[in-house]
Amino acid sequence: MTTDGRATPRAGVEVRLENLTRKYATTTALDRLTLTLAPGELVALLGPSGCGKTTALRLLAGLEQADSGHVVIAGKDVTNVPANRRNIGMVFQAYSLFPHMSARQNVEFGMQLQHVGAAERRERAREVLDLVGLGPHMDKFAHQLSGGQQQRVALARALAIKPKVLLLDEPLSALDAKVRARLRDEIRRVQLEVGITTLFVTHDQEEALAIADRVGVMQSGHLEQLGPPTEIYSRPATPFVAEFVGLTNRIKGDVRGGAVTVRGTRIPLVDPDVTDGPATALVRPEAVSLASNGEMEDGPLVGTVIAVAFLGAMSRVTVDLGDTIVLAQMATSAASDTPAGTKVRLALRPDPVLIQREEPAATAP
Amino acid sequence: MSAAARPLEGGRRLSLSWIGAVPFFLYVGVFLLLPTAIIVGGSLLTPGGTLSLANFDGIDKPYMFKAFASSIAISSVSAVVGAFVGALLAYAVVTGKPDGILRRSVMSAAGVLAQFGGVTLTFAFIATIGTVGFVYVFLQQHGIDIYPNGHVWLYDLPGLTLIYMYFQIPLMVLVFAPALDGIRPQWREATDSLGGGTWHYWRYIAGPLLFPSFLGCTLLLFANAFSAYATASALLTQGGVILPLQIQALLTSETGSSQPGYAKALALAMIVIVLVVMALYTLLQRRTAHWLR
Repeated sequence: MTTDGRATPRAGVEVRLENLTRKYATTTALDRLTLTLAPGELVALLGPSGCGKTTALRLLAGLEQADSGHVVIAGKDVTNVPANRRNIGMVFQAYSLFPHMSARQNVEFGMQLQHVGAAERRERAREVLDLVGLGPHMDKFAHQLSGGQQQRVALARALAIKPKVLLLDEPLSALDAKVRARLRDEIRRVQLEVGITTLFVTHDQEEALAIADRVGVMQSGHLEQLGPPTEIYSRPATPFVAEFVGLTNRIKGDVRGGAVTVRGTRIPLVDPDVTDGPATALVRPEAVSLASNGEMEDGPLVGTVIAVAFLGAMSRVTVDLGDTIVLAQMATSAASDTPAGTKVRLALRPDPVLIQREEPAATAP
Repeated sequence: MSAAARPLEGGRRLSLSWIGAVPFFLYVGVFLLLPTAIIVGGSLLTPGGTLSLANFDGIDKPYMFKAFASSIAISSVSAVVGAFVGALLAYAVVTGKPDGILRRSVMSAAGVLAQFGGVTLTFAFIATIGTVGFVYVFLQQHGIDIYPNGHVWLYDLPGLTLIYMYFQIPLMVLVFAPALDGIRPQWREATDSLGGGTWHYWRYIAGPLLFPSFLGCTLLLFANAFSAYATASALLTQGGVILPLQIQALLTSETGSSQPGYAKALALAMIVIVLVVMALYTLLQRRTAHWLR
């Protein structure tokens, strides 16, 4: 990885989306989106439904036409090039395998369209199916394969045509959690092995943070923030990113001199150049812990545990502080001593936080 | 505990949910199985009650062969034309908005028109393009004669084929639309992303996926026309042109020479043909069932 978090350039090509705008009737699905993917990089576009991430991918694939803006692949403007001449491999959400063809025939189909000879087709199909671990299943049909296996065939089919760019449109969303995690790692392994520039669209933050060199968080057709996963999580650029990626406590505080005082604890700000005054601090649950000592008398961070959610090695404790509810994430060993009903004192770790100001209430006419 | 179940020893329950299907089985028994059994029995028994194949002797007579051929021809033509036109209409409907007014209105109309037939349908055609029908008169007043040389084909096999089309096309829309619905847009987009165009999509993907279903639906239309009786009976005055009318003539002879055994033998031959066609239809539907669900 380079210092800015980008992957070391590999065999892929650079992809640029320049000021892409797409409107559907009165709705603007994509509003002047600009995004550059370095050669061999995997960028994940993350956002809620309707944020424009799939539209961006479809414009890059050529499956839709932009109202304005440009798509540039390997230095060539392909904005007006039809999808079937862009040489882009695509894996769809689900059920995209041709059901009347075996896995091998699915993989060979793209090469057949490229007029690759039968012997070479067969050989390359075997290679890519081996690459995704499905060599022994190459003669099975879609209905004979599990959901995860089908998506691996779809990945093999997309890679078999030796595309310049690989697009993945929520490829794991129809799979169960265990298969999803395994296939996610497999996609990353294959992508790194092939070295292909890849755009991965998902609404699953864990998936995006785990797989991508950089993550782009989108909202309402805009790119809110683009950066390495660690930066997106620990230094969100906007309140939307902070709240969409991971869980966030919204706690009222008071901004003074580049820091916010939250229930008696002074916490630095991600952006210290803000005016003083009341604000809502966005605090991650993992920045909230149980105080190891101190009296359990009333105080701003003393409250009652109302729920404990077991998450494996970690647990999430919900604490009622009287006027607000706060989530704290901690080791399960620590949380096990605080069943529901226990009175606890919380501590806030002084990690830099974002603040959100209340919109001024509209005055009545 | 479900109202339709009661506990048995060992905790097992006897499901009584089949009771709901009793009216259906009764209906099928009385109106399908019983008549079939009567036909099978009647065709294999002589008037004296002995088992014999004598009733089948007349099947190879030239006029009977001609009736078979006419029935098969009229059923084939109306099935093939109905299948193509119906498939195109179904495609136009399915590719529109799923809950759009076009789809809802066409599917509703198809549901009604597919069941339209008999005297009412025949009268509808006679009243429009019959020799005193208002469309015929209107066209004639404007110099267009749809019956050149005085040959009124409406009352002949071409006319019957045209009238059959009136319920064959809607039936095709009804039975073929689900197959078209099963075609996923991702397959088209996957073809595009792999470098294919419209021709490749239809040649290698949609065509092979839809063809078995199309063929199966065509066979269903064939069976539908082959077994139709009321429309032909109302339209054609000349008896015995097609097989169902031959059976009618043999059952209701006005000269007292009715041959119910022979009629039942012909009916059995028809049943066998329809069974073969329906078996092929089922095989083809089963082949595509897991492709297009």
